[in-house]
Amino acid sequence: MYNILIGGAAGQGIETTAAILQKFFTNSGYHVFAVRDFMSRVRGGHNFTLLRISKDNVYSHSLKLDGIVAFNEETVQLHLPELKPDGFLLCDSTYTVEDNRKIAINMVALSKELGNPRFAGMIAMGALLKLFGEDLSHADKVLRQFIKEQFVESNMLALNRGQELVESRIVPFGSKDKDKIILSGNQALALGAIAAGLRFYSAYPMSPSTTILEYLASKGDAAGIVVEQAEDEIAAINMAIGASFAGAPAMTGTSGGGFCLKVEALGLSGMAEIPLVVVDVQRPGPVTGLPTRTEQSDLKFVISASQGEFPRMVIALRNHTDAFYQTARALDIAERYQIPVIILSDQYLGDSTASVEPYDLSKIKVMRPLDVEDVAEGEYLRFRYTENGISPRLIPGKTKNFVTADSDEHDEFGRITEDAEVRTRMMDKRMSKLESLKLELQEPEYVGAEDCDTLIVGWGSTYGPIIEAVSLLNQEGSEKFGALLFGDIYPLPQRLLKEKASIAKRIVNVEQNATGQLADLIREQTGIRCWESILKYDGRQISGEEIADRIRREVV
Amino acid sequence: MSEKKFETRETAWCPGCGNFNILDSLKTALEELGKDPYEVLMVAGIGQAAKLPQYISANQFCGLHGRALPAAVAAKIANDRLTVIVNSGDGDTYGEGGNHFLHNIRRNVNITHFVHDNQIYGLTKGQASPTSVKGIVTEVQVNGNTTTPLNPMMLAIAAGAGFVGRAFSGRKEHLTAIMKQAIEFDGYAMVDILQPCVSFNKINTFAYYNQRVYELDETYDPSNKLAAMEKAMEFDEKIPIGVLYREDRPTFHKNNVVLQSGIPLLERTYDPAVVNRLIHEFA
Repeated sequence: MYNILIGGAAGQGIETTAAILQKFFTNSGYHVFAVRDFMSRVRGGHNFTLLRISKDNVYSHSLKLDGIVAFNEETVQLHLPELKPDGFLLCDSTYTVEDNRKIAINMVALSKELGNPRFAGMIAMGALLKLFGEDLSHADKVLRQFIKEQFVESNMLALNRGQELVESRIVPFGSKDKDKIILSGNQALALGAIAAGLRFYSAYPMSPSTTILEYLASKGDAAGIVVEQAEDEIAAINMAIGASFAGAPAMTGTSGGGFCLKVEALGLSGMAEIPLVVVDVQRPGPVTGLPTRTEQSDLKFVISASQGEFPRMVIALRNHTDAFYQTARALDIAERYQIPVIILSDQYLGDSTASVEPYDLSKIKVMRPLDVEDVAEGEYLRFRYTENGISPRLIPGKTKNFVTADSDEHDEFGRITEDAEVRTRMMDKRMSKLESLKLELQEPEYVGAEDCDTLIVGWGSTYGPIIEAVSLLNQEGSEKFGALLFGDIYPLPQRLLKEKASIAKRIVNVEQNATGQLADLIREQTGIRCWESILKYDGRQISGEEIADRIRREVV
Repeated sequence: MSEKKFETRETAWCPGCGNFNILDSLKTALEELGKDPYEVLMVAGIGQAAKLPQYISANQFCGLHGRALPAAVAAKIANDRLTVIVNSGDGDTYGEGGNHFLHNIRRNVNITHFVHDNQIYGLTKGQASPTSVKGIVTEVQVNGNTTTPLNPMMLAIAAGAGFVGRAFSGRKEHLTAIMKQAIEFDGYAMVDILQPCVSFNKINTFAYYNQRVYELDETYDPSNKLAAMEKAMEFDEKIPIGVLYREDRPTFHKNNVVLQSGIPLLERTYDPAVVNRLIHEFA
C-alpha cells in the first residue's frame, strides 16, 4: 500500500494529473482510492489529492505519506512533516528545500523547453510512474480519455521525458485483475440510478451533490432520462413527485441545505404514497457550513424531517460499491412500498474515487411502474386497505380508472375526508408498510475478531477508515476489536447489533459529527448504550490511523 | 369525441362563489374538446380553487400549497398523452408559488393553468393576496393594504409566456371559449380568471367586475407584444378579457432530446446494453 499526495495551487491541473494517474494504476491492476481536498474557490489556494494504491480493496485515505508530488513550494512546507522516513518528495529542482528524500527534477524548465508550462504535470507523472516501475505501454489509451486527440502526441513526449529523469525504486505489486472500473461515489450513485431504470431527475445545483446532476445530464440523452435543473429545491422535489406519480421513476438530489427546502414535499411522498428517492450528499452544517468538506450530521434530521408521521427508509452509502447497488435498491424499494427512500452519502464518498469490480446488472432487480395489472373500470381503490399496507398503484392515463393523490387525509378512493375512523385506518395502513419493510432490511456488515472485546459501530462513509482501524488494532495486543458498519440505518436493523452488543465489553461509536447521532438512534431504538464516542466534525474525514490512535488514547 | 362524460360532485364552496361557473365552464370545455376523463389530469395545490379537482371526475393530484406547477409539468414530461390542467388561486400561484410561476413560463411545458383570481385569500378567511387592491382592510391588513398589487398579465407576458388570457367567471360562454383555446394551445397557457369572493372581498364584487370587463374583439391583434403589454396595464375602470397575448414558441418537449423521440417517457424500455456501456466507460 502506497500513499501519495499530489499538491499545488488551483488551476495547475492537479485534479487532471491525479485522475490520469488513478486510471493508469487501475489499468495496471492496482486497487486505487483517491480523495481531493480543495478550497471553495476556483483558482488559488492550496489543493491536493491523496492517492492510495494497493493490491487489495481500499476505501479510505491515509496521511502517512510514502510520496509527495509537489507543484508548488507550499505543498512541500505543508506536507513534508507527513512524509515517512523512507518516502520520497518529487519536486522541481529549483525548490530550495533541503531533504535527503527529495527527488528533484527540472520539470518546469523542461516543460518550457517542450513549449507549454502545463506539461510540467505530465513530466512529473512520467517520473512518478517510473518510480513505480510502470512503463508507458497503456499510456496512449489512458491519455486519450482525458486529452484531445491533437494533444496526445505532445503529452506522450512529456511523459517520456519524465520517465528519463528518474530510476525505478518500487517493485510493481499490482494484481492481474486489470478490468476494474474507477469512478467517484457520486458517479457510482448516478449509474446505480440509471441501472435501476431512472427516468426523471430534477435538482438544483448544490455542492457536493452537483456532480450527480452533471453526470446524469451528460448521459441522460443516451439513457432516456429527462434531467432537469429546477428553479429551486422545492421545485426539484415536487417535480420528481409529479413525474413519479405519472409513471416515470424519479429521483432528486441535494445536500443538507437543499434537503431542508424539500422537507414538506417529502411528507407529500409519504402521505400520497408516491415512490421517491431523495439523495442527501452531506456536508458540514448548519446552513452554509463548510461547502466543500465532509460530515455525517444529517442522520437524525432526515429520519424525522417533515411534519406528521409517515413511513420512510434511510440508506447510508458506505463505499463505491454500495453507491451503485444501494441506489438501485432504493429505487426498487421506493417503487414497491410507495414511500420516500432517502440516500445518505457525504462529500468524502461523493467526491472520492475508487476502483471497483465492474457493476453487475444481474444483481439488480427493479419493479417498474407499469408492471402492475389493471383493475376493471370503476372498481379501483387507489388506497385500498391491505394487510401489508401496500395498495395497488396504477398510472394515470394507463388505466380505465381514476388515479388520485392528495396531501389531505383521504379515503380508499382518494377523496378527502375528516372521518376519524378512516383517518386512523389510513395512518395504520401507511405505517404498516414499515413492518413489512423491516423484513427485508440488510444487517450491518461485521468486520474484525469473531468475539470482540471492543465493538465499534459506524455508518456510511467511515466504512473504509473503520475497517482499517480494526485491522491495525487487532495486530497489536490481546484486546480484540470488531466493528458493525451500518448501511440500512432507518428502520434500524437490530439482530446483529443485539448479538454483538451482548458479547462486547464496550461499544464505541465512530462518527463524523459532534453529537453521536448513530449512538442516539441505537439507544432510542434498542436501549443499547455506546460507552465511548470517537467524534470528528472539522470537515475532514477521519482516517483509519486516526481512529486507531484515538481508541488507544481515549478508550482502551 | 369521447363517450365518457365528466361528472361533477357537490362542492364545499360558498353559495355565489365564482368557482361554480369556473367548474361548469371547465367541464363544458373538456367535453366540447372531446377529452377522455381517463386521460385528463387535474393538478392543484391548496386553496379554494385547488379544491376543484375534488369535484370533477378525472385523475387528480392535489399536492402542496404553491407547488402545483412543478408537479404538473413533470407529470406532463412523464406522459405527454395526458391533458394536464392546473387550477390554483391568486395566493397559491402568485404568492407561495411565485417562483414556480415565473420559471414554468420559461420552461414552457404544454400544460394549461387556470388561476382563479378573486384578489383575496379565501381558504384562510380573508387576508390580502398578491393581487389585492391597495387600501383593502382585512383582519391582518388592519390599516388597509399598503402593498402594490401584482399585475399577473404583465408579469406573464414579460417572462415570455406564449398564451396569456384573462376571463371573468360571470361570462360563462366567453370563459369556456378561452378555456378551450388555452387547453388546445401547444405550450404553457395561463388564464387569469377574475371571480368574486362573496365572503371576504367586498370591493371586487360580481358587480365590480361585471361593470368593468369588456371582451377583446377580432380587431385586437394578440401577437403584438407591446400592444398586449398596454392591454395588460388596463385594470381599472375598464378590464379587457380574452387572449391578451399569443405566440408560438418551441415547447419543452420539442426542445428536449429525450422527448423528441415521441415515445412517452414512462413507456421507454430499459436497455441493459446502454447501461453496461456506461459502466465500462469508467474502465
